[in-house]
Amino acid sequence: MTDLRPSRQAASTPDDTPLQLVTPDGTFVASDDNARYRARIGHLDSEDLRNLYRDMVLVRRFDTEATSLQRQGELALYAPLLGQEAAQVGSGRALAPQDMAFPSYREHGVAHTRGLDMPHILQLFRGIDHGGWDPAEHNFHLYTLVIGSHALHATGYAMGVQRDGLVGTGDRTKDTAVITYFGDGATSQGDVSEALGFAAVNEAPLVLFCQNNQWAISVPTSTQTKVPLYQRGAGFGVPSIRVDGNDVLACYAATSEALDRARSGGGPTFIEAVTYRMGAHTTSDDPTRYRTAEEEQHWRDRDPVERFRTLLVTEELWDEGHAADLEAQADELGERVRSYVKGLGRPASASMFDHVYATDHSLVTEDREWFADYEASFTDTQGGAR
Amino acid sequence: MPTFERFNLPDAGEGLTEAEIVSWHVAVGDTVTVNQAIVEVETAKSLVELPSPYGGVVAEILTEVGTVVEVGTPIIVIDTDPDGEAAPQRDDSAGGSESTAGDEGSESGSVLVGYGVATPGTARRARRASAGAPVATPAPTGGSTPVEEPHGVPVTTPDQGVGTPLAGAPGIEPQASPASVGKPQMRSVTQVAPRPGTLAVRAKPPVRKLARDLGIDLSSIHPTGPGGIVTREDVLAYSAQAEPKGLATYVDDDAPWLASGQVSSDGRQTRVPVKSVRKRTAEAMVSSAFTAPHVTVFHTVDVTRTMRLVERLRTDKEFTDVRVTPLLVTAKALLLAVNRHPEINASWDDAAQEIVYKHYVNLGIAASTPRGLVVPNIKDAHRLGLKGLAQGIADLTATARAGRTTPTDMSDGTITITNVGVFGIDTGTPILNPGESAILAMGAIREQPWVHKGKIKKRHVTQLALSFDHRLVDGALGARLLSDVAAVLEEPAQGLVWG
Repeated sequence: MTDLRPSRQAASTPDDTPLQLVTPDGTFVASDDNARYRARIGHLDSEDLRNLYRDMVLVRRFDTEATSLQRQGELALYAPLLGQEAAQVGSGRALAPQDMAFPSYREHGVAHTRGLDMPHILQLFRGIDHGGWDPAEHNFHLYTLVIGSHALHATGYAMGVQRDGLVGTGDRTKDTAVITYFGDGATSQGDVSEALGFAAVNEAPLVLFCQNNQWAISVPTSTQTKVPLYQRGAGFGVPSIRVDGNDVLACYAATSEALDRARSGGGPTFIEAVTYRMGAHTTSDDPTRYRTAEEEQHWRDRDPVERFRTLLVTEELWDEGHAADLEAQADELGERVRSYVKGLGRPASASMFDHVYATDHSLVTEDREWFADYEASFTDTQGGAR
Repeated sequence: MPTFERFNLPDAGEGLTEAEIVSWHVAVGDTVTVNQAIVEVETAKSLVELPSPYGGVVAEILTEVGTVVEVGTPIIVIDTDPDGEAAPQRDDSAGGSESTAGDEGSESGSVLVGYGVATPGTARRARRASAGAPVATPAPTGGSTPVEEPHGVPVTTPDQGVGTPLAGAPGIEPQASPASVGKPQMRSVTQVAPRPGTLAVRAKPPVRKLARDLGIDLSSIHPTGPGGIVTREDVLAYSAQAEPKGLATYVDDDAPWLASGQVSSDGRQTRVPVKSVRKRTAEAMVSSAFTAPHVTVFHTVDVTRTMRLVERLRTDKEFTDVRVTPLLVTAKALLLAVNRHPEINASWDDAAQEIVYKHYVNLGIAASTPRGLVVPNIKDAHRLGLKGLAQGIADLTATARAGRTTPTDMSDGTITITNVGVFGIDTGTPILNPGESAILAMGAIREQPWVHKGKIKKRHVTQLALSFDHRLVDGALGARLLSDVAAVLEEPAQGLVWG
């Protein structure tokens, strides 16, 4: 069962079939073609597999809660990841602690795998600050809302890693790769092409991870590319692979191979994870205006979370005790997300000056002082806190 | 003790200001859980379901299906601790609702980031000088300005009536003296959205500064920003209007002209929201006028014989219970003419790039009703005799005037008559009903000198106008059709020939 309906473009050849290790109905796929990828998941034990599932369920629960909070007026905006859990968790779990990730704005699942406490993500969506975490702490850059621009940031960072001599040393705790996440829509931006070009000629230790979720807001992939997206890599001399983005193990295996290539000095890899954005682009979007119920059903039948649960049950790795524990954990997360968001206050006005430069800067200091005087010049005694 | 939480309509998109309530999934008395979908709303961007932020029992639903609600307006009250009295405290003071919200630790209430709702009593920015005299505005208006609760229960500020006459109340205020013309503080026209007390006025610091510099009391400005924030533009507009405001010097000048309207802040205009029939009419007229190239042809015709026919038929037993009017004869004349030129009874299918010729005539009659213009049509009018047609016109106009015209009555018209003559005017250049190719305007019938059989006689004369869609109707066809209508009206016996 490989009818992933990757896009509405003309005939995809058999070669365009995405890498799949688990079918949509939850059974392992074993073939000669995928043997080297199966080897890459061989070390995952029962608990590892259960954890991948837990990750996906928790991320989904976070997603649902955040969407509700937006609808209740607690968030200004939210970009749901519903349907893309496997692509994010699979690739994110393949990263080593020293690897650096450059996300777009939908990578809540990757954030979770980087050890970020998910409620913090919502500071951005509530408009409290520009990102609720220290990128250096988790090796997870702040969300980039500009489409595709961070592919270049990631390329530059990867070239820096290379120049720091953190590539190809053979020391697994030292060799570092960089991964950047973007969508099918971003491939239409010049930045992504530039990143591919730069990364290729510099052999940057970079993985360009494209989640092709079929829709760039209301624009289908078919109006953005004539060829399957992963084929773009070849023109730049970047090894590329198309993977079933709703298969968490396939995403893990493909990313793990690409990261190893990067760390060992083998240069960049382009991964197209074929998935589907089951929800709206953001809470400001109404997907029923541009896509059919039939298409949505087609993808619901390929749900990444349900697929993996079926696999675990079939393999007798999952029982009701596990399920009850996870449900309690998810509920706890849901309530924590809710109370965290509602408890967020308002940052002090002067905090806007805090991260303009890494170190003290005379002009910023001057601005900060002027602003303090200006605020004090009003008759109002209180700040903006309500 | 019951704890009532209000859910204010959030901005479900980015920067949306209102949404229409499409359907409620819960009713008063229902138990709801957190995140349970309770209501479906339609915004300018999408149709979305809103999940409940509270678990409990629905105490009150504040907005009906079909209403358009501003972001920030409370839409439902949920009792999060239903073991107590069941009725919500409609008159709970602002302070009371604040404290319940505070209990939940949701200090922002159900307000959107950065927007928020002006809840009376939520002193977003207390004024340092509030204990003493107002800072920059000599005339104290805030204390006597009516305050309105978010859901419309009027209350007054506590300091009202402490020796202050109702000088600022709408309609009671003495007229401004000429000497104070141009001074912003001379009066406050408060028909537009009565403002909460001064303490609740919300504006950004630079806007407050601007108002202070211009000597304008923020509380007298109608806010247009999201969530009731006074914007820079509001302050500048108020400042600019300070001059003309002085012109509203006569009693009731600043009273709204229509019950559904609101008076602009300078007291010189009434603004009425465009909705229902007016909205549909506007959309239909714009779509028609700017898709179908209109051509109008005119014909002045001696209808004396038609008038005689009308007189005769009025005394005819057959017609005792129906009204016989020149409009009836004109309708029949138009049907006869359409029968001779069926190509006019057609519509332009732009999507299919086809012209659709109708085998039937659904004759539209434009009717002026208290709610506005409606154009119901008489189905299969081509099959009706004169009496049936008279009955059809009578039924249709009665239904329209009673406001009971259904969408079905108005759909699938093929050609229309508009009787502008009833208003005493000669004729007009009517705009096509969308989807139709011709519309006949019938002017007033007047006695005029007219050359009849070589002599100048006093005759009944009227002017007909026919507008048609020039994409599918050529000038010759339109002219022939109108000429045939005129021929029947001039000599009704012609109807026997063509009938």
